[in-house]
Amino acid sequence: MRNPFRRRSALDLSPGAKVLSYVLLLGWTFVVLFPIYWLAVTSLKLPIQVNSGPVFFPFIDFQPTLENWRYIFVDLRNDTVRPYINTVVVGLSSAIIALALGSSAAYALVRFHYRPRIGLIGLFAGCVLLAAVAIGLGAPWQIVVVSALGVFLILAQTIGRRFRGRGLGNSDIAFWLISQRMLPPVAVVIPLYVLFQRVGLLDTWWALIITYVATNLPIVVWLMRDYFSTVPVELEESAAVDGASPYRIFRSIVIPVAVPGLVATFLFVLVFAWNEYLLALFLSSANAQTLPITVAAQNATRGPQWWYMSVLIMIMIVPVILMAIALERYISRGILVGAVKG
Amino acid sequence: MWPALAVVLFLSIFPLVVSLYLSLSRLSFAKSGFEITFIGPTNYQTLLFGGERTHFIGVLKTPSPIGWAIFAVVVVLVGWAFTRAVRGGVRPLGLLLRAIGGLLLVGLIWLFVQAVFAPGGRPGTVFVTLIYVFIGLTIQYVLGLGLAMLATQRLPGRRFFRVVFLLPMMITPVGVGYMFQMLTDTSKGPFLPVFAALGMEGFTWVTDPWGARIAVMIGDIWQWTPFMFIVLLAALEGLDVEVTEAALVDGASRSQVFRYITLPALLPVSTTIVLIRMIEGFKIIDLPNILTNGGPGTATESMTLQAFIDWRTFNLGRSAATAYLLLILVTIVATAYVNLVRRRVTTTV
Repeated sequence: MRNPFRRRSALDLSPGAKVLSYVLLLGWTFVVLFPIYWLAVTSLKLPIQVNSGPVFFPFIDFQPTLENWRYIFVDLRNDTVRPYINTVVVGLSSAIIALALGSSAAYALVRFHYRPRIGLIGLFAGCVLLAAVAIGLGAPWQIVVVSALGVFLILAQTIGRRFRGRGLGNSDIAFWLISQRMLPPVAVVIPLYVLFQRVGLLDTWWALIITYVATNLPIVVWLMRDYFSTVPVELEESAAVDGASPYRIFRSIVIPVAVPGLVATFLFVLVFAWNEYLLALFLSSANAQTLPITVAAQNATRGPQWWYMSVLIMIMIVPVILMAIALERYISRGILVGAVKG
Repeated sequence: MWPALAVVLFLSIFPLVVSLYLSLSRLSFAKSGFEITFIGPTNYQTLLFGGERTHFIGVLKTPSPIGWAIFAVVVVLVGWAFTRAVRGGVRPLGLLLRAIGGLLLVGLIWLFVQAVFAPGGRPGTVFVTLIYVFIGLTIQYVLGLGLAMLATQRLPGRRFFRVVFLLPMMITPVGVGYMFQMLTDTSKGPFLPVFAALGMEGFTWVTDPWGARIAVMIGDIWQWTPFMFIVLLAALEGLDVEVTEAALVDGASRSQVFRYITLPALLPVSTTIVLIRMIEGFKIIDLPNILTNGGPGTATESMTLQAFIDWRTFNLGRSAATAYLLLILVTIVATAYVNLVRRRVTTTV
């Protein structure tokens, strides 16, 4: 067996530093795992065991029971399984759509140069269009016109910051995209509620999928943009010389090279959609409800039912953890290469 | 490219317009459901100058000597940056924007020291949010960087640590809120023996404003350090090992390698993740809502939570106004950050 304390290259740490590293790593492992251990233990306790003060080890200082698990899976059967299916469907499909749209946008931002004025005009057209929609929905037109104009001016000021200098560039489009995450969900949710109510999509998968795609797109674009910029241009150029179309190049050269980045970004976006609470709370009720709502619903009038919550949180993280383990090698290779370029 | 922009454009402009309209109006209940009346900037006035001022900005008192010192340092720094810009030949427009930005910053800090570093003062939701964001961000970044450095060393079992360190990010924020409610409960939580040993059995985090804020920040740090960790880990793995090795062979110390090789290489990606976390951090709501319900009083209430509570009590106008003020604050902070920090270290925005 190799001696783990023998130094083989200058990069290896001295034995003392190694011991210290392990102490620190194990310390943080404890910090991370203890709350999760506590969840697992709590899911095996009866309410009385929770309320009578802390007990730590099953079989040693209390008798574990599967009562809570039985309650969640047998008594609540459909109220657990339906949100679970909803979460899986909404999480996976919104992550896949966001990845498809976002990565092509990111690639376009890296490889092609966009002229700003077209965007500005499009922005204005969009404002006019949406003002028309708002009036159609019954808002007083004077106010709609003023606020639409105001919004257009604000946006033109923010993304048109350096309009006169060298004109808008791709980086401005990217900054505008990330700025779309600045408005808190509380402000976004009322208009979205009205919107989805009008088109009759409230409490369906589609409402959640569309919302999550829109909120996660900026993150996809930012992460993938960094990643694509590290794909060697020469590879694409030689394919173009051989007569491949841009779409062909994107599909058969760029995507395969970028798989690690795609996988890591996919995991990020999936986790965000999987765990989102506030938007789901408003946009879904009985049919499309997702698991975070089910967890919060265990906070009954008698106070939070920690034992049921623990079970729900446990079953919620298991699939994501399995995915993280499966994708770990991609994560460390994926995000990194892209991220280095910032 | 265009499909993505169209989706984001559509789902962002529409809420932006409607929220702006709502923030300028009042919702009232009438015979046929409810009606929305346009009332102008009253909601903003209430928050900034009127009855909600103590809630939103805080109770302002004369700062203590420490407060004065902090204020003086900031004034000197802003003045120094401004004179440098003047000497550096910045165009008049840029100079004007910098002056406005500097004045805003000085004003904000002046309110901050009056609320936080003053006997009898009390920070409102604006400053509580800023405290969460900046203290949380700093600790998350330092911890994430340290852990990423450790996890890239050639140690057996590092893959195990990498997966484990990711776990907190995988748990839904609502779940983390309830989990920390369990953990910080000093009568039935797991740390009761610890508190008992320290003779602090009657202590509860939740009755002390700073105790409650620290509890919220611990939860936030626990959950989001993994994000910093994974991105920095990826960046570290992408570095050229040979450069580091050569430097070490040539007799550079590890701190020198870190200072002159590793850190500069990490700066671009660091500024990206700090920006992303900053924007997300301003929207903190689940943890204070569940862990402390904003209490004691409004001591742990963030701006988003304030907007949410107004929303719940059907004060849609004030809720939207709070959200808009948050948007303005984030925009100022984020653009200042991009202009002052990010542009220095990267070529892309």
